[in-house]
Amino acid sequence: MNDLPPPYVVMLVGAAVTYVWRALGVALAGRIRADSAALEWIGCVAYALLAGLIARMIVLPIGPLAETALAARVAAAVVALAIFFLLRRNVLLGVAAGAGALVLLSWGSVGPY
Amino acid sequence: MTHPTDSVAAPFPSPRAAFRGAAREAFGTPAIVLGASFVGFGSLVRVSGLSAGHGLFSTVTSWALPGQIALVELYAAGASLVSLAAAVALTNVRLMPMVAALMPQLARPGLPRWKLYAAAHLVAVTGWVAAMRRAPSLPPDQRLSYLIGFSGTLWVTTMVCTLAGFLLADAVPPYVTLGLVFLNPIYFMLVLSADLKNRRRMLALVFGVVCGPLFHLASPDWGLLITGLVAGSLAFVAGRERPVP
Repeated sequence: MNDLPPPYVVMLVGAAVTYVWRALGVALAGRIRADSAALEWIGCVAYALLAGLIARMIVLPIGPLAETALAARVAAAVVALAIFFLLRRNVLLGVAAGAGALVLLSWGSVGPY
Repeated sequence: MTHPTDSVAAPFPSPRAAFRGAAREAFGTPAIVLGASFVGFGSLVRVSGLSAGHGLFSTVTSWALPGQIALVELYAAGASLVSLAAAVALTNVRLMPMVAALMPQLARPGLPRWKLYAAAHLVAVTGWVAAMRRAPSLPPDQRLSYLIGFSGTLWVTTMVCTLAGFLLADAVPPYVTLGLVFLNPIYFMLVLSADLKNRRRMLALVFGVVCGPLFHLASPDWGLLITGLVAGSLAFVAGRERPVP
């Protein structure tokens, strides 16, 4: 399907580009300003990237989620948001409601993956 | 994220007590919320055709969930290693200012620097929030113990939950597995939407949501990375220096 190296190598690369930021944080401790323009820009990029990933996972999922109806996934996301904000930002109940809604809306409509 | 732990707790009698006390604090709501997310990650690993060992390896070595999810999703989408590494790196840059803010609290005379570099691996959002809140009220020799007790407990919990999620994905009916895989997009959607006070971040969210699916259609390999750079930079420029009502 693709020319990627074995999964363990891919994950080791992922771990390396994650730890490098933590190590840099130790090296620069107390010497960087959290409100600098560069960090603010990086924060915006990271935020947009994560938001884009989540939207894509809901609208255009890869794998078995793709068997569910788009309307079911969007409805489940709306249920999660409604419960979350109605119950004073309770993450656990919001997530449970969203996942539960998708299960109920897809009940019996998907086969084994 | 907020956790209902006592904000004005007294210092502990010893570093060992700080470790144990922090472990107890972590082993409540923080462990449940984070654990559920990693159950979702374990299920995602399973349905993406990877092994339980891959999932566990990722949780042990990366321990930063958004990057782990981005990696598995891009892997499943057939992205190239360069694109994948760049997207994971951009997802995790936030760890650098977080660590830089926390380390001056943990450093003390006589503490070897390698211990700070080791402790930095345990810095992720949930443990960081707890350590930032508690460290100033603790004696310097208890602060590192507190971080290790709190984040270490979460780290081990997430390893167990990654495996549990992987096994659950096969043990439950397929439509329940879908619910497990759906945990993480929903979780991060809620966490992001709860934090919209900053105008730039709000715009980054909106632009990202619009660009993410579109750019993925244009290029499954580079779409995510371009989404971050384009939508994030647009938000940075468009959200600049306007008075917030």
